[in-house]
Amino acid sequence: MAELPILDIQGVGKTYTLGDQRIEALRDANLTVRKGEFVCLIGASGCGKSTLLRIVAGFEAPTAGSALMWSKPIGEPGPDRGMVFQDYGLFPWLTVRENIGFGPASRGLGKAEVRDIVERFVALVGLTRFADAYPHQLSGGMKQRVAIARVLANDAEVVLMDEPFGALDAMTRERLQDELLDLWQRTGLTVLFVTHSIEEAIFLADRVVVMEPGPGRIASEHRITLPRPRDVASPEFNDVRRELGARLHSHHAKKAA
Amino acid sequence: MSEATASGAVPAPAAGQGGARLLARLRPTLLALIVPALLLLFWHLAVKAGMTRLIPSPAEVAEYMVDFAVGGIWDDAFSATLHLHLLASMQRVYGGFALAALVAVPMGLLIGRIPLVAQLFDPFFQLMRPIPVTAWLPLSMILFGLGPRSAFFLVFLGAFYPILLNTVFGVRSVEPRLFEAASMLGCRGNAQFFKVVLPAALPSIFTGLRLGLGLAWFVIVVGEMTGVPQGLGAVIMDGRTLSRTELVICGMIVIGIAGFLSDRVVVLLMNRLLRWSPLHRG
Repeated sequence: MAELPILDIQGVGKTYTLGDQRIEALRDANLTVRKGEFVCLIGASGCGKSTLLRIVAGFEAPTAGSALMWSKPIGEPGPDRGMVFQDYGLFPWLTVRENIGFGPASRGLGKAEVRDIVERFVALVGLTRFADAYPHQLSGGMKQRVAIARVLANDAEVVLMDEPFGALDAMTRERLQDELLDLWQRTGLTVLFVTHSIEEAIFLADRVVVMEPGPGRIASEHRITLPRPRDVASPEFNDVRRELGARLHSHHAKKAA
Repeated sequence: MSEATASGAVPAPAAGQGGARLLARLRPTLLALIVPALLLLFWHLAVKAGMTRLIPSPAEVAEYMVDFAVGGIWDDAFSATLHLHLLASMQRVYGGFALAALVAVPMGLLIGRIPLVAQLFDPFFQLMRPIPVTAWLPLSMILFGLGPRSAFFLVFLGAFYPILLNTVFGVRSVEPRLFEAASMLGCRGNAQFFKVVLPAALPSIFTGLRLGLGLAWFVIVVGEMTGVPQGLGAVIMDGRTLSRTELVICGMIVIGIAGFLSDRVVVLLMNRLLRWSPLHRG
């Protein structure tokens, strides 16, 4: 890999101290992500996938190793790494428009500029009709569209997604997966996406990183070479799903033995 | 009729439908009036039956209320003085309440946000809070003298703690997720105070203001025991001294109505400012 990676995770570990108990959430994680790549982290709960994501976001500092973005250590959270939460994290007192404009306004852009950006991204995620609605008036799918739009409106280079579609119904999830891929292909974003669904990972990712618990660590990486758009009902898709499923289960079987 | 409103599809004569709609709109008011009406009826019957000779009947109180408001019936020292007393009490209630809000909201924001301030003031306020406003009466008269300043101080005390406690609670119960969201969008440090903490705490602050204003009316009688010549509390105290129960009841009713109307104003303001909150749609 001659090209400089956008994200470079080297030997990253995270140990929490609770009273005199030490809990190792993540051990010796190594991962490099190239610009424009779509990487899914998958694994059972407790495998450290969310911890890894939160370290990249800057919400938590690693207790071992180094996490670099464009070769610089990741410090505080910032607009270059946008996060999309499973529970949306929208500001309930702001309208759709104001939520999307929050980032650009916080960065000190002028009023007119913020307005232009907001209109562009409201349209991009198809919420023009709901632009003045408050979050409690929106469905889960619409809320997640707002959450994605506010991150994109803020010029995020890396989008971190923590089981973003986990709380949505199956139909809405499929639509949002398609929309996300569409956005990704049009914008050249880099996406780090946490999920516990094998199907979702294979449908979305260029590369699937399998993690396992106790302590959380990266177990294996799999490049998904299926051509896009991918058909979840095709025999090829099923082959990959079976292979990856077997890999996940063998990790767990090993753990249980 | 209620069936016709429930299912709009049922064809009905225009007049009947209009009547049904009117009834539907008046329904909450009508329901709310049942309990007070029953109380009035019981009061009336109890007086008629001679259960007490010290309490005047509702009709007598109503007559006196008219005299109290506009005069022309009894023409005594209290006739046509309602507006003077109401105005005097309102000044103390709103003044004391406004000062309490002005001190308690910023104080609560600081206590909720800055650990050092919390460590300095929290134990002190917890210790002071259980002391009833009535217990402060003698000390307040020594510190502020007989008269309106004492009343003002007691109202302030009564309104202060609910506003403070609810503001602290509001600040402390901001969802941690929202701080994460703000910081990853580039809003960090002190900027989060105005962009996240304040709006997120607003519903609790309003709860505190509502309780505080209610308590301000609640303690006005005590506040005006400090020897002020005018005020609804003073009227009630005078009525007691003069054994004029109808005067006492008139004072009670006016305080009740004034407190209720003040609360409606706060609720209207709250519904406007908290349009975004599903709990505050009005």
